[in-house]
Amino acid sequence: MRRQHPLVVAISYLTMAFLYMPLVGVAIFSVNAARRGMVWKGFTLKWYLKLFENEWILEAAWNTLLLAVISTIIATILGTILAIAMDRFPWRSRTSNFLDIILHIPVIIPDIILAASLVVAFGLLRLASSIFEPGLLNMIIGHITFQIAFVALVVRSRLVAIGREVEEAARDLFATNWYLLRKVMLPLLMPGIIAGAMLAFTLSLDDFVISFFTAGPDSQTLPLFIFAAVRRGVTPQIHALSTLIMLVTVVLVVLTERFTRRQEKIV
Amino acid sequence: MNQNQNPTTDQGLTVKHICKQFGDVIALDDVTLNVAPGEFFTLLGPSGCGKTTLLRIIAGLELADSGQVFSGGKDITRLPAIKRQVNTVFQSYALFPHLTIYENIAFGLRSRKFPDAEIKKRVNRRLEMLDLSSMAQRHPHQLSGGQKQRVALARALVNEPDVLLLDEPMSALDARLRAQVQEDLRRLQRKLGRTFILVTHDQSEALVCSDRLAVMRQGRVVQCGSPEEVYDNPTDSFVAKFLGAANLIPCTKAPGGVQTAFGFLALDKEPVWQEGTVAIRPEWIGIGDKEPERNGIRARVTEIVYRGTNFDLWLEPGPLRVRTSSYRRIDPGREVWLELASKELVILEDEAR
Repeated sequence: MRRQHPLVVAISYLTMAFLYMPLVGVAIFSVNAARRGMVWKGFTLKWYLKLFENEWILEAAWNTLLLAVISTIIATILGTILAIAMDRFPWRSRTSNFLDIILHIPVIIPDIILAASLVVAFGLLRLASSIFEPGLLNMIIGHITFQIAFVALVVRSRLVAIGREVEEAARDLFATNWYLLRKVMLPLLMPGIIAGAMLAFTLSLDDFVISFFTAGPDSQTLPLFIFAAVRRGVTPQIHALSTLIMLVTVVLVVLTERFTRRQEKIV
Repeated sequence: MNQNQNPTTDQGLTVKHICKQFGDVIALDDVTLNVAPGEFFTLLGPSGCGKTTLLRIIAGLELADSGQVFSGGKDITRLPAIKRQVNTVFQSYALFPHLTIYENIAFGLRSRKFPDAEIKKRVNRRLEMLDLSSMAQRHPHQLSGGQKQRVALARALVNEPDVLLLDEPMSALDARLRAQVQEDLRRLQRKLGRTFILVTHDQSEALVCSDRLAVMRQGRVVQCGSPEEVYDNPTDSFVAKFLGAANLIPCTKAPGGVQTAFGFLALDKEPVWQEGTVAIRPEWIGIGDKEPERNGIRARVTEIVYRGTNFDLWLEPGPLRVRTSSYRRIDPGREVWLELASKELVILEDEAR
């Protein structure tokens, strides 16, 4: 390997430290026996154990999971369909560019704007039906709106990578649309679909802003719980909870990475 | 031109007055061809001449703007690809990367719900025929280029198509393998007796494989016939140069022959034009120390290239290119007599100026 200038090496290490020190700090304090303050008073796992005794937290965890799973499933299906439609339907190039911009907007728009517009939208929908009261349903719909774009983007890049020739080959070999989708497109798209779903899942898991604006009294999620708790003061329990969420996210990201790597080797 | 006068009644494959435009680009301009059953037919031309578009129209992957396609006497112009008894070997093979070789070959049978026993019988036969039996359980990414090409061939042939289309199937192979595959493909087609339509820009491929070939240029068929017919009697300078090498000699008509920059050349036939071009293949030019009786040119060798089986000489005036056998080395600077015999001179009929 080429030797780097010491300064370059130093800067890279500093950048890494800057990124990960706070996270490592949280993890360390989550196993510190001290109730408050910056003093190390020995290793303990009691904060983690206490988490599982706290009904509020368990309910919030359940809500978070429910929200993430349902919204991810729906967003993955819709996002995949959207990606296929955008890439394979013979759009005119102007329409196609327009759709492209529309797809990118939910990704780059500030969450707070999307959240505020959701509040307005649900306000209007409430005129039609009371099921649009703030609560889990609104949160699911809100999460889906931003998840779809991420799923569609990931799946579409996979579609582009696959190209059209295998599709034509399948048609040439007497495959109907349904057979083509089932036996060729879905298996080949699967790494992209799973990667998109994992991304959507982690985004939902971590989301605060959209949830905050759409949640009702019975639909507390973990990020909302942490936010409320931190305002009353940071406790070691919050550190433990944050560390757990972080670990789950890391595991998901690593799994996704592994899975897509392996698939791409084959395809 | 060797074309059937009433193609629709024929049992082979016929395209009639096919036109296709992509935006402002004319891909095919009134193409009419007839391919006899069991014939190995080649569409030869430079890239962008429309040959692949024509193939895709025959496969049903592209729709012609106008014109008709007939197979076995039936009009299939509007039939989608999945209803045509036509299969394709794609340029990049387009194998299904997630399926084994066995499942790749079985694909066309499975999609039509053939019984398992029948699929097994047919796929195994093709695997054996193309020497792929030991690869059956592998995936495409574990195969070499030549093996992938054979899988693509097996995958198409297992469906026993009326017409097999091959879209530059050898362009991804290296030169040595390509020569071998050309002969194998020819032999395979003879053995199966099926209609093959090959698209290529490689003239040697066209000469080796085809019963008949059509030379295409800018969306039109320029000349159509057996390889010998087209090679021996090209009708214009494009065909003469695209299929083999040729010396093109501009000239004007004179009694009994033509007047050229090298002097008078006697011809066996009167040209139809006043001013035009005659062609002669490098290997048909005689070379010697004595002046020939007719059509002799005194020339000086300027360059010599050794090609293994022969030498290529360039001579002044001209430059004229002459091909001699490999034991006749003539060093640059030497003066020789060339004989452009009347029977070897081709009048390019379509090349009036």
